[in-house]
Amino acid sequence: MVIDTRVCKKHEPCEECIKACHHVHNVPLIPNKKHEIKWIWKEEFEHAFPDTAHEYLDEYLHEREFIVLCNHCEHPPCVRVCPTQATFKREDGIVMMDMHRCIGCRFCMAACPYGSRSFNWEDPRPYIKNPNPRYPTRMKGVVEKCTFCTERLAEGKLPACVEACKHGAIMVGDLADPHSEINKVLREHFTLRRKVHLGTGPSVFYII
Amino acid sequence: MHDAGKVIPGIIAFVLFVTVPFWTNFGKAAPKPQPELPKEYKKCVESKEFMRREHMKLLRKWRFDVVRNNMRVYINSEGRLINMSLQNECMRCHTSKKKFCDVCHDYVAAHPYCWNCHIPPEEKKGWATKEVKSLTEEASSKQPASHH
Amino acid sequence: MLEKALVGSKKYWALVFFLAAVFLVGFFFFLKQLKYGLGITGMSRDVSWGFYVAQFTYLVGVAASAVMVVLPYYLHNYKDYGKLTIFGEFLAIGAVTMCLLFIVVDIGQTHRLFNVLLHPTPHSMLFYDMIVLNGYLLLNLICGWTALHAVYKGTKYPDWVKPFIYLSIPWAFSIHTVTAFLYAGLPGRHFWLTAVMAPRFLASAFCSGPALLLILIYIVKAFTRFDPGEKAIRALAKTITYALLANLFLFGCELFTAFYSGIPSHQISLKYLFAGLYGHMKLVPWMWASYALMLTAAILLVIPQTRNNLGLLPFLCLLVVIGTWIDKGMGLIVGGFVPNPLEHITEYMPTFPEVMISIGIYAAGFLIITVLYKMAISVMESRGLI
Repeated sequence: MVIDTRVCKKHEPCEECIKACHHVHNVPLIPNKKHEIKWIWKEEFEHAFPDTAHEYLDEYLHEREFIVLCNHCEHPPCVRVCPTQATFKREDGIVMMDMHRCIGCRFCMAACPYGSRSFNWEDPRPYIKNPNPRYPTRMKGVVEKCTFCTERLAEGKLPACVEACKHGAIMVGDLADPHSEINKVLREHFTLRRKVHLGTGPSVFYII
Repeated sequence: MHDAGKVIPGIIAFVLFVTVPFWTNFGKAAPKPQPELPKEYKKCVESKEFMRREHMKLLRKWRFDVVRNNMRVYINSEGRLINMSLQNECMRCHTSKKKFCDVCHDYVAAHPYCWNCHIPPEEKKGWATKEVKSLTEEASSKQPASHH
Repeated sequence: MLEKALVGSKKYWALVFFLAAVFLVGFFFFLKQLKYGLGITGMSRDVSWGFYVAQFTYLVGVAASAVMVVLPYYLHNYKDYGKLTIFGEFLAIGAVTMCLLFIVVDIGQTHRLFNVLLHPTPHSMLFYDMIVLNGYLLLNLICGWTALHAVYKGTKYPDWVKPFIYLSIPWAFSIHTVTAFLYAGLPGRHFWLTAVMAPRFLASAFCSGPALLLILIYIVKAFTRFDPGEKAIRALAKTITYALLANLFLFGCELFTAFYSGIPSHQISLKYLFAGLYGHMKLVPWMWASYALMLTAAILLVIPQTRNNLGLLPFLCLLVVIGTWIDKGMGLIVGGFVPNPLEHITEYMPTFPEVMISIGIYAAGFLIITVLYKMAISVMESRGLI
């Protein structure tokens, strides 16, 4: 996935991608910050890229909002530590959650260096206003995160966030295919990835 | 035997206690469950007998195939293609969890917790929601604990 | 042998019923947690492990420390630990049981616990933790029970148990090593990402566990005729001293690496724990108290006059137990989560139900220890050994 943060900047405070994702996946809106569930959200540069940020950052970057989500790492630490394989890497590279198997030990949350995972500290249903009847909710006691919309990809649709972005700031493609559009975009632009030095191989790229 | 006077009544009391459910329900047969079948559809995924006996195993296999193997289409014994989904496929025909699933499950005191996450047809409108701020308000107050 | 635990003085029964009652209170709060979810604890999206996991970590150390009496006795034939060994093993049984219970209460989907067995995953450290902890429980049950049974029968312990005893020695080291590996292998949690995590865990275990054992022995001594002998107590005090020094030394190594290298990510959690970050300083007094207690204990234990003062020793042990408990049971886990991976700060303190559940588990563990100790004392009394 490539996120063109220049486009996002132009259309602030747009959050169509967040709204779309959280609606189709029945992500609850919990006011208590400690119990919050988020699959995709906004962060400032120094929080999204804490090891790249510094005090002489240009204002333009300093003020920009960055969309963050699961990086679907090439070497996902969450998958490594999960004691039941409830979170696993699919052949296509998507890091998937099996909600039926998760025991809620939260080892994956300790392992994820991006803070991309949320735990259901309580029953999420009372916090879902207009549920999407085509997608399940979660129950208390399991961990959840972005699944790259596997259910939509299976139907030949784009992920909800990509489809919702009217400005085309988010694009997805096959990194493994050198001729894919996404590889072309990556060749032509300067991009950042979050915490590359940890060796996780994050698959979300940010055009700066 | 030592303390026979305490041990034997003790055993009898224990046996009576653990068999309480039998005594309280003695002679009362619960009526046979009558799940309501869809009217406009005649054929289920497999035969009625198979579904009655194996539906839980079938659902488990579906769940495994969809979530873990990214396989979403089931080919039944007649060669028909079926979208493997409890919430979107099974409940398309069986439009009521209460009148279908629960009828037998309650009868045999089985409590599958599929519906803790999957949304049954009767609950598609949602649940009693707790008071929450709108998404934009939430977003603007998003960083109170953050520091630079 | 178990029949020995079924007869006892009023004081013994009062203790048993008290602990059982506390356990039931904890269980009541656990039922509430099952109903509402882990949201009744102080944990959050950012601090996703808290008091339960910290107690688990601390108690794995206590369990592992039994090796500090088992090893000298069985490997070096250090006869003075003869009577003490069984008590060490029984303490380990109680401690491992508490560990397992803390895992049970920490899991979000409690009834799915056995998924860990159903889908064994050798690349997860929790998989190994499950094996070593349950194995250690079994080993201590075998070794402790047969040793006491031999006393009961007035014989020497049978030869078949020897391999289990020898196995239990490296196994004790393994349980705390694997527990350290739960934390030390996670990218992005710099506070835990350190090669001295396992050695430091072992050092803190080998001072806190024997210190707790000595306190328990002093209590047992006050109420029964049991006396492990001054020599044994003095020897164990030396073990505590060296382990405590090693623990402080390893912490010093952490401080050096973090602050001499000057790398912010290595310093930030330490800064949070000892100085607070941006006004967030809930743990600061705890951490200073912890290290003040450990340092005081270390100084007094190093000085032979104070260490060998058998009246003072239990209080020094208390300093060690409290100091290491705060370090591991409050600071270590939470410190790894603050700040979060996005460098936001969310603080953590356990809630009332969370503390009650934890106290309930401690009561269960000490109930097991009480019953086992009672059994051991009565068996020894019946043989005229004490």
